[in-house]
Amino acid sequence: MAEPAHMTEREIDRSQMKISDEVAIDIRKMNKWYGDFHVLRDINLTVYRGERIVVCGPSGSGKSTLIRCVNRLEEHQAGEIIVDGTELNSDLKNLDKVRAEVGMVFQHFNLFPHLTILENCTLAPIWVRKTPKKEAEETAMHFLRKVKIPEQAHKYPGQLSGGQQQRVAIARSLCMKPRIMLFDEPTSALDPEMIKEVLDTMIELAEEGMTMICVTHEMGFAQAVANRVIFMDAGQIVEQNEPKEFFTNPKSPRTQLFLSQILGH
Amino acid sequence: MSETHAETAFARKAPVAFVADGQIPASPPPSTAVGPVKWVKDNLFPGPVNTILTLASLAFVALLAYEILPWLIDSSWAPADMSLRGCRAEASGACFAVINERFYQFIFGFYPPEHYWRPTLAFIVVVVSLWPVLFPSAPRKLLILSALSPFICYWLIWGGSIWGPVAVLAAPAVGWLIAAKGGGAITKIVGEDFGPLATIVAAVAGVAIWLLFFLGPVTGALISIAPLALEEVASNRLGGFMLSLIIGLVGIVGSLPLGIALALGRQSKLLIVKAISVGFIETMRGVPLITLLFVASTLLNYFMPPGSNFDLILRVCIMVTLFASAYMAEVIRGGIAALPKGQYEAADAMGLTYWQSMRFIILPQALKISIPNIVSSFIGLFKDTTLVIVIGLLDPLGLSSAIRADQAWNGIVWELYGFIALFFFIFCYGMSRYSQYLERKLRTDHR
Ligand SMILES: Nc1ncnc2c1ncn2[C@@H]1O[C@H](COP(=O)(O)OP(=O)(O)OP(=O)(O)O)[C@@H](O)[C@H]1O
Ligand SMILES: [Mg+2]
Repeated sequence: MAEPAHMTEREIDRSQMKISDEVAIDIRKMNKWYGDFHVLRDINLTVYRGERIVVCGPSGSGKSTLIRCVNRLEEHQAGEIIVDGTELNSDLKNLDKVRAEVGMVFQHFNLFPHLTILENCTLAPIWVRKTPKKEAEETAMHFLRKVKIPEQAHKYPGQLSGGQQQRVAIARSLCMKPRIMLFDEPTSALDPEMIKEVLDTMIELAEEGMTMICVTHEMGFAQAVANRVIFMDAGQIVEQNEPKEFFTNPKSPRTQLFLSQILGH
Repeated sequence: MSETHAETAFARKAPVAFVADGQIPASPPPSTAVGPVKWVKDNLFPGPVNTILTLASLAFVALLAYEILPWLIDSSWAPADMSLRGCRAEASGACFAVINERFYQFIFGFYPPEHYWRPTLAFIVVVVSLWPVLFPSAPRKLLILSALSPFICYWLIWGGSIWGPVAVLAAPAVGWLIAAKGGGAITKIVGEDFGPLATIVAAVAGVAIWLLFFLGPVTGALISIAPLALEEVASNRLGGFMLSLIIGLVGIVGSLPLGIALALGRQSKLLIVKAISVGFIETMRGVPLITLLFVASTLLNYFMPPGSNFDLILRVCIMVTLFASAYMAEVIRGGIAALPKGQYEAADAMGLTYWQSMRFIILPQALKISIPNIVSSFIGLFKDTTLVIVIGLLDPLGLSSAIRADQAWNGIVWELYGFIALFFFIFCYGMSRYSQYLERKLRTDHR
């Protein structure tokens, strides 16, 4: 297989990557419709704490919809989703609890353009977690250092490059001290040279044992970091396996077709 | 192929190897590339069409000046005989004597001259209390004055006992007390789910009861203890620019928050809130302001509790505010709709509540986008205050009609309307400049 394009050169430290028996997310027979359109069909997925899951599949297969259901940016109509022991239903208290525990990084960053980087990072901790301002700023600076852009703290998002903005978005999520992180194609709006810096940040996060679900087409990242790869097509989970098996020995013909399209030519 | 051709052609003509001999000294740019010459060339005569336009504009300006300047220069301010005839005897141009004579009337209407200091002081209070609202560099403590200024100004201009405004001022305090202290008890009675809603209803009801039943007696009692009072001035004596400013300011200050509330209401998922907002906005926008002013001057009295004498100017202010807030709501809704969906999603994903995301994420951006339109609405509203002439209030236009009906000034036109136009222009241009300043200050996208 070809050498993954945007991967870090360094060795990945696996000492903290431990998967426990504790269930982080439990999705059971979940179905979702947009009007009459059946987007997600009988999704069953149990994510254990410490897992790093990569979701891939063709465009329109429902990957984004699936992870957006996990923090209820989209509502599911049948089945259940239990996040950290809290079921997602119309109860708003549960929802707030789940959203505070689950961080999300979007394809288009979605930083708040009218707030500085620091304010972007402290807003939710101050108002949702009720952290004192000073403490929230210290935490924010800690995570901005971690994603390697502490010197940009007082700039506005519009003054940063795409890769820097995405790293701020990651830091912003981390400031809420989430237990689970969702990534929806975090690198697909970026130029190649910026993809690496964002992937490196995500790898570091994985090394610290964060539970992550990443929708991405960066197969190098999947091979290096994921413990499980899920392939979706037409609203269904078609195949899932540990990365090595998944890439070298795909079972379903749909997976084989997909992999041949994105890897070899 | 063609590339190699070009390359060889280039190589044949030019020597390939080259070394600079020495440093070329820096020299100033030619005078045609900088300074006023370049500016004139770039901005006034950049091409044939623009040159023609420039020349035509200059000719127009010259013509205008030729017509107006003599009229302005050969004007009379204080002829011996203070009338149009006196002016004509003295000078052939403008007759500004009318403004000289009626200046105070233009500003204060028929306000008693010995009390002119009261509206003047009120105006100063307004200016000082707008300062911290408009410019963040102002001392923040002044915001307390801003909050109190409507009551202070009301008392200064209309007079009467101070206890009236104080008792009205107490109404929000009553509401707050009920919400803060009674909230827990109410929640216990009606249950968790309806607690917040019931608390709001109780607070609003408390305020209404206070205003309807307690206001009069409490005020009366306080007056009998200590009658801190200014001489009352009836509404029909208010007029001139003061009246325009009162109605305009109340409309502007009131329509913004009301407009925001209506815009949010129209976007709301709650069916009833949405229906009420849409109904209100569409009704207000569907009716001419003049109709609403007639409603204010006649109909509204029928809805008031019998015996209550609700001031006409206050009624007009309320109507103008409601009317303007409908437009404001649509302007702000446009700003809200312009925000990308990702902003809501990011706010939701971080666990911000609806009100938090509105307050910190959506509204600041939506208002920023809408600044030009908001200020346009304000300017329109301010100029619309002249419509109160139709219900017999003496705004500047109403005054000028009265003045023109006067024997001494019969036939005067330009001087009066020019003066009124100047007044409106100063305020409207001020608003326009402020909006540009605000836009520059809030620009964070750096594109
Ligand atoms: N709000 C919506 N209303 C109706 N249909 C939608 C909506 N959002 C997504 N869809 C449809 O649902 C399907 C799944 O969308 P989704 O965004 O989850 O795909 P995806 O796998 O993330 O694709 P991509 O790789 O292009 O991001 C698509 O066919 C899409 O057209
Ligand atoms: Mg997607």
